[in-house]
Amino acid sequence: MRWIWIDKFVEFHSGKSAVAIKNVTLAEEHLHDHFPGFPVMPETLMIEAMAQTSGILVGEAKNFKEKVILAKIKKAVFFDYVKPGDTIKLAAQIESITPEAASITGKITCCEKLIAEIDLMFSHIDQNLAGKKFPEENFVFTGTFESLLRDVLLSGADFSEPGPEQH
Amino acid sequence: MTMSRNEIFKEVQEVLVDALGVDDDEVTAEATLTGDLGAESIDFLDILFRLEKAFGIKIPREELFPAESLMNNPEFVNNGKFTEKGLTELRDRIPHTDLSILENDPDVNKLGDLFTVGAIVNYVETKLNAARGNW
Repeated sequence: MRWIWIDKFVEFHSGKSAVAIKNVTLAEEHLHDHFPGFPVMPETLMIEAMAQTSGILVGEAKNFKEKVILAKIKKAVFFDYVKPGDTIKLAAQIESITPEAASITGKITCCEKLIAEIDLMFSHIDQNLAGKKFPEENFVFTGTFESLLRDVLLSGADFSEPGPEQH
Repeated sequence: MTMSRNEIFKEVQEVLVDALGVDDDEVTAEATLTGDLGAESIDFLDILFRLEKAFGIKIPREELFPAESLMNNPEFVNNGKFTEKGLTELRDRIPHTDLSILENDPDVNKLGDLFTVGAIVNYVETKLNAARGNW
């Protein structure tokens, strides 16, 4: 099973910004324990959802050639709860991107109401300073992510080979 | 607008407080980024991105952290340690820094101990002056 916390992208501007949505439902088992009688989406999973939204944005900027790993949570501030039945919108923007890393700012909203501000940093791990080697195969971007981009990329993203620029 | 050294220091201090989650009184000119302020490798890039934003300047990474550009060269760094050649190159690039810690243990991770808050302020000051084209 793959750990996916967004449902699909609704906007995608290569190398700049992206918006994904997630529909929260009581069918998600963990909501029954978090908390009994008061189901709310865990804030940690909102960070993960933002990491997936922005991680794909950062990966696409380099044609999914780099292995993009969450390296730092620069900021995570929460303003309201997310409950079953809510559709949250995760908007991410690339602030800086270099051969080694990228920095993004993110906002989560629900019906235009601000839920969270989450800023992250990603590392392109093959460019790490210690010169550590990782497997050749890109284990970060697998076909599982493809369906998330179904509405925003005309011909679908190619996760195995560098393809033409997608917008 | 000209910034005084003190103003630059205050701004750098704010950047480091935000990037590293430290208190402002910990960020002294002598404090080392890794040793005293607990910076890890990814923090260096975070700091660089934030400095670019705070001062509105473009900072080539190897310029602010000159030693880091040696890292990917196997002639200079092998197995996470500086080679003799790497150390010589380092002495050339950062002549005013005391490298004795590395001579005893050439672990690349020790490099962070050499970077101080003061070194960043010096760098930004030079860069801002150059941008103004005064000297």
